[in-house]
Amino acid sequence: MNTTAFWRDIRVLKIFAQVIFILVLALVAGYLYVNVTTNLARQGLTMGYGFMKNPASFGIGESFLSYEPSNTYARALLVGLVNTLVVSALGIVFTTIVGILAGVGRLSSNWLINKFAAAYVGVIRNTPLLLQLMFWYFGVILQLPGVQQAVKLPGPLFLTQRGVYMVWGEGTATLPAWRIFVFIALLSIFVIWFILRTAQERASIPLSPWWNLAYLIIPVLILLIGFVIEPEPPLQASIPELSGLNFQGGLRLTPEFAALLFGLVVYTGAFIAEIVRAGIQAVSRGQVEAARSLGLTAGQALRLVVFPQALRIIVPPITSQYLNLTKNSSLAIAIGFPDFFSVAGTVFNQTGAAIEIITIMMLSYLSISLFTSLLMNLYNRRIQLVER
Amino acid sequence: MAAIDTVEIKPPRLTVGPLAWLRKNLFSTWYNIALTLFAAWLLYLILKPAIEWATTEARWGVIEANLTLFMIGLYPREQIGRVWLCIFILAALVGLSWGVWKNAARGFALIALGAGLSFIAIALFFGWGVWEDWLIAVATLLIFYFIGRYLPRGALITGIAWLLYFPLVFFLIAGTPYIATLPPVESNLWGGLLLTLLLTIVGNFGALPLGILLALGRRSKLPIIRYFCIAYIELIRGVPLITILYMAAVLLPYFLPIDIRPDQVVRAMIGFILFEAAYQAENVRGGLQAIGRGQYEAAHALGLSGAQTITLIILPQALRAVVPALFNSFISLFKDTSLVAIIGLFDVVRISRSILAQSEWLGTHREVFLFAFLIYWAFNLAFTYGSGRMEEALGVGKR
Repeated sequence: MNTTAFWRDIRVLKIFAQVIFILVLALVAGYLYVNVTTNLARQGLTMGYGFMKNPASFGIGESFLSYEPSNTYARALLVGLVNTLVVSALGIVFTTIVGILAGVGRLSSNWLINKFAAAYVGVIRNTPLLLQLMFWYFGVILQLPGVQQAVKLPGPLFLTQRGVYMVWGEGTATLPAWRIFVFIALLSIFVIWFILRTAQERASIPLSPWWNLAYLIIPVLILLIGFVIEPEPPLQASIPELSGLNFQGGLRLTPEFAALLFGLVVYTGAFIAEIVRAGIQAVSRGQVEAARSLGLTAGQALRLVVFPQALRIIVPPITSQYLNLTKNSSLAIAIGFPDFFSVAGTVFNQTGAAIEIITIMMLSYLSISLFTSLLMNLYNRRIQLVER
Repeated sequence: MAAIDTVEIKPPRLTVGPLAWLRKNLFSTWYNIALTLFAAWLLYLILKPAIEWATTEARWGVIEANLTLFMIGLYPREQIGRVWLCIFILAALVGLSWGVWKNAARGFALIALGAGLSFIAIALFFGWGVWEDWLIAVATLLIFYFIGRYLPRGALITGIAWLLYFPLVFFLIAGTPYIATLPPVESNLWGGLLLTLLLTIVGNFGALPLGILLALGRRSKLPIIRYFCIAYIELIRGVPLITILYMAAVLLPYFLPIDIRPDQVVRAMIGFILFEAAYQAENVRGGLQAIGRGQYEAAHALGLSGAQTITLIILPQALRAVVPALFNSFISLFKDTSLVAIIGLFDVVRISRSILAQSEWLGTHREVFLFAFLIYWAFNLAFTYGSGRMEEALGVGKR
C-alpha cells in the first residue's frame, strides 16, 4: 500500500515540473509572439515568404550558378548557398592537408621544421580569424602589383591585385572517352589490391615485393591502350596570358575568393595541426616499441600501428573543425565575397523580412552542419575500435 | 704468448656542444638535411622582404598617432581618468589576489607586473605622458600584494571584491546622470580594446550560469527539459556566431515591447551570452560526466536533497575539472568578439578599419592589422600563461 501523499510522490512531481516548464515556455513564447506582431504591425510589415518570388534586382559579384539581377530572391539565396558550399568543400580539403603537414611538423625531430610549425600554430590560433581575413585581403592580395606587373610563380601562376590566375584544363572532344579510361585504370588498382591480398592470404610465405610493381604497370598499360584508341589528349591546357589590360584564358580566382579560401585554410589548418599532434602523441610509446620489436620498419610502424590508432582520436575533433570552417565562411561578408550570409543580409536589407531571412539562414547552416557531422559520424563508426 | 690484438677504436662522435646539436637536430639524415634547407629557404623568402618592409617602407607612425583610438575608441578623452581608475582597481585586485592566493594567482600577477613595467619603459622611450599612470598601477599592485599577505580572511574579501569589480567597471565606464563627476557616456562611444575586453568578460561570466543550467538540464531525467536543452545547445552550436549576433542586433527589438530598445552594445552582449552559454554547457557537461555515480549515491545516503547534491557536491567538483576548458572558451570568445565589427561596433578590428580611412594614413593596412594582431596575440599568450600557472597550482586534473 502506497502511503505517500500525491504532492510528495516523485512520479507526480516529475510530471508536474515538466508541465510547469512547458507552461513557462508557452508564456514566454506567447509574450514574444505578441511583441513581434505588434512591432510588425507598427511598421506595416507582414510575415510570409511571398517575397521570395520577387526579382532580386541586385548583382552578385561571383557565382558558380548562373545568376542575373532579374532572378528571384530565392535564386539569389541559392547562389549564395552554393558559394558557401564550394568555399567550405575546397577549404576542408586543403586545410586537412595543411593541418596534417603542420601537425607532423610539430613532431619532427628537425629543429627548424619543428619551430616553424610551432610558430605558425601559435600565431594563427591566438589571433581572430576576422582580422586574418582582412589582413590577407586588404594587406596582401589588394597590395599585390597590378595585372601588368603580375607576380609570376612557376606554373604559371600569376598573383595580381585583380585575383589569382592559374593554368586550367579545358575539356576537348575526347574527354568523355578518357573519363572511362581513367576510371578503368583506377578500378584496376583496386582489383590488383584485392588479388594480391587474396594471394597473400593463401601463400605460406610473404609474396615477393616485386608484385607491388603491378600497381604501377597495369594502370599505365591501360592508359597506354587508351592513348592508342584516342590519341587526342582529353584536356587542353588553358594558360593565362596577358593580352591588353587583362589576362585571357586560365582560371581566375577573384581576390575575395582567394583571400577567403586562403584565410580559412590557414586558420583551420593550425587547429587541425594541434589535433593531429595530440592524436599521434596519444598513442603510447609501447605500441611503437612493440611494433619495432615485431620487425616492422619505422615507416610500417607509423602506417600500420600508430596512424590507425591516432585516427580514432583525431576524427571527432577534426569533424568539429570542419564544421567551424563551414560556419566561419560566413565571415566572407567582411571582405565582400557573396557567400550565403552576405546574400541573405542583402535580401534582408531590401525586403525588411528579418524573421523570415534569419529563419532561412539558421536552418540552412544547421542542415549543413548536421549533414557534415552525419557523414563524419559514419566515417568515425567505420574506424572506431570494435570491442567484444 | 699470443699477441694481444689491438683494435683501433675511433673516439666517440661529439655528443655535446653546438656542432653536435646542429648534427642531431638539423642534419642527422639526408632527408633531414633536405628539410632543413627547404625550411631555411622558405624562411629566407618570407623574412627577407618582411624585415626590409618593416624597417624601411612601413609607416609605423600610424600606430603612435592612433594609440588612444586603439585602446578606448571614441570614449570622451576628458573622461579617460575613469578608464585609468578601472585599471588601478584591477591592479589592486591582482596584487591582493597574489598576496592572498600566492601560487595560484602568481602567473597572472607576474604578467600584469611585467606588462606594467614594459608599458612604463615604452612610454618613457617614446616620451609619452602615460608612464606616470602605469607607475601608479604598478605601485598599487605591489602595495596591495603586501596588504594581501597580512589580510585576515583575505580569500573571502578578495573573492567578494572580484565579484563587485565587474559591475563597478560597468558603472564607472557607463556613468550615471546622478553624479556630476561621472556623466553618462553613451555605449556607442565605447570602443577599441576597452569594448573588446568588456564584451569578452560580460559574454563569459554572463554565459556561465546559463551554461550550467543548460548542462544540468541536458542530463536531467525529465524528457521535456532534456530535449529542450539539447535542441537549444545543438541549434546554437550548429549556426555561425555572426548569425546570432545579427539576430541580436536586428531581430531582438522585434521581440521586445515597443518602449524597450537596448542599444547596440547591450544587444551584442545578449547575443554573446546566448551563444557562449551553449558552448559553456558542453564544457560543464564534460565535467558532470566525469563525476562518478558514487558521489550522487553518497550525497543521497547522507540525506542531501537533489538541489543540495548538485550545488554542494557535484558542481564544485565538475567545475574544477573543466577549468582548462572554461579558460579555452574565454580565449576563443576573446577572439570572437572581433565579429561585432561586422554589426557596426567599434572594437579593435573596426577601429583598425576606421584608422585606415584617415586620409593621412591611407595604405597602412599591414601596419595597422599587424598591431591589432599583436594586441590579440599578447593578450592570449598572457592569458594562456596565467591560466596554466593557475591550473598547475590548483592541481587541476591531478587531485
